[in-house]
Amino acid sequence: MKKIEAIIRKAKFDEVVEALHQIEVNFFCYWDVTGRGNEKIGKVYRGISYSTKDIERTLLSIVVSDSFVDKTIKAIIDSGATGEIGDGKIFLYNCEEAYRIRTGETGTKSFN
Amino acid sequence: MELLTTNNLWMMLCAALVFFMHLGFSFLEIGLTRQKNTINILFKNFFIITMGLMMYCLIGFNIMYPGDFNIIGGGFLGFSGFGLDAAAAADLSYNEGYTYWTDFLFQGMFAATAGTIISGAVAERIKITSFMLITLLYVSIVYPIVGSWQWGSGFLSTLTDNVGFYDFAGSTLVHSVGGWGALVVIYLLGARKGKFNKDGKPQAIPGSNIPIAAAGVLILWLGWFGFNGGSVLSADPASTSLVLVATCLAAAAGGLGAAFVSGILYKNLDLTMFMNGVLGGLVGITAGADQMTPTEAIIIGIIGGIIVVMGVAFLDKVKLDDPVGAVPVHLFSGIWGTLAVGLFGASKGFDQFMVQLASVVIVGIFCIISTIIITLLVKSIIGLRVSEIEEIEGLDISEHGTGAYADFAMK
Repeated sequence: MKKIEAIIRKAKFDEVVEALHQIEVNFFCYWDVTGRGNEKIGKVYRGISYSTKDIERTLLSIVVSDSFVDKTIKAIIDSGATGEIGDGKIFLYNCEEAYRIRTGETGTKSFN
Repeated sequence: MELLTTNNLWMMLCAALVFFMHLGFSFLEIGLTRQKNTINILFKNFFIITMGLMMYCLIGFNIMYPGDFNIIGGGFLGFSGFGLDAAAAADLSYNEGYTYWTDFLFQGMFAATAGTIISGAVAERIKITSFMLITLLYVSIVYPIVGSWQWGSGFLSTLTDNVGFYDFAGSTLVHSVGGWGALVVIYLLGARKGKFNKDGKPQAIPGSNIPIAAAGVLILWLGWFGFNGGSVLSADPASTSLVLVATCLAAAAGGLGAAFVSGILYKNLDLTMFMNGVLGGLVGITAGADQMTPTEAIIIGIIGGIIVVMGVAFLDKVKLDDPVGAVPVHLFSGIWGTLAVGLFGASKGFDQFMVQLASVVIVGIFCIISTIIITLLVKSIIGLRVSEIEEIEGLDISEHGTGAYADFAMK
């Protein structure tokens, strides 16, 4: 059982979700995040140019059984890449245990 | 009687439209500042309109229209007593354009505007009590004195033997008076923390709610139908409709002029400059809205809009911090509109231009000196600025004990 965290472009969210849906990964959490990196976003307000290093992305948090790990990562990379700098990152973690609150089921049974 | 009824109805409608401008000012100020100061801004705007009306009732109206300049003769200062005069009001031959009551209400709505102009410029760092004291004195005393010099038939209205000052709806008497006050107070108050970095370079402090600001500008534009339309002082069909056409054309031209120039200068289609440009056009046409042909109104409007863009850059350059652009819009464009009466339209001419220029200077000097006195007086009693930590945390919490958007995360 693994946890996959993927930081993706906001604009790619729908495509990534569709790609995950295609390989039958249907359960995950996501939220909008702000991060820092090398990229600078140029902005203008009332004649003053300014830049911010704040980068807006969406973070997906997905827990899958071991057999799903490779295809989940492939699906995210295939659907989330534009080839430009700033496409995001994927992090893979071990997940010790999972529980379904309604039934008390554990392990992959709890989310499959 | 029928004519008075028609005229009076129009004037009351215009008074209502000018009242509505206070919502426009509130929205514009909220939109162009940060969330953490929203209640503070609304509080100031509520104070201005409530205090403004009370003080105008108590003394302002009778300083501005004293009839007889009984304190300093020659049209400098008069006062015809406290409060409103029910006996004068009962006489319906008071004026063929409006009743006494309507006259008070329409002029009272104008008076508060001068204080509102200061409110936007000093936003996000002034102590609320200091602001209340400064605007109380400014709106109740300085504004009506300047108004009496022209609209109260004082010395500006007959400045030379042949030519008097001309200010149809108040490019100088309302907008510049507010603008001068704003300029002096922001100079004495200093910039918001973070507006200029250590090297003195201006920094952007983006407004929190551009849609609200945009609504504010459109409401102000609507309000100007009353501001200028009512300044005809009757429902005269020829004059009112021409005034509204000139007003709207100048607003449109001002917006386009500002959008175009800021687009070229900054390679960016800047909405807040577009919006300020509309206001620049409106302030610009206010002095001569009944004098101009449509073409002249458009020219005045375009230049008014461009002046606003340049004015915003100029203030940044001289390190004055005006979050909403009140000084460029009301002062710079107000001066332009006043001078434009000597350059365009029915009264144009060298003599008229010189009278306009002299009046701009006289009003400017009077407003600057009186604002310096008032502001330094208030500063010596209770100070001007909130503390640095209060400024960072926001005036809503430190001055009013709560935030404007309780359910939203603050930024």
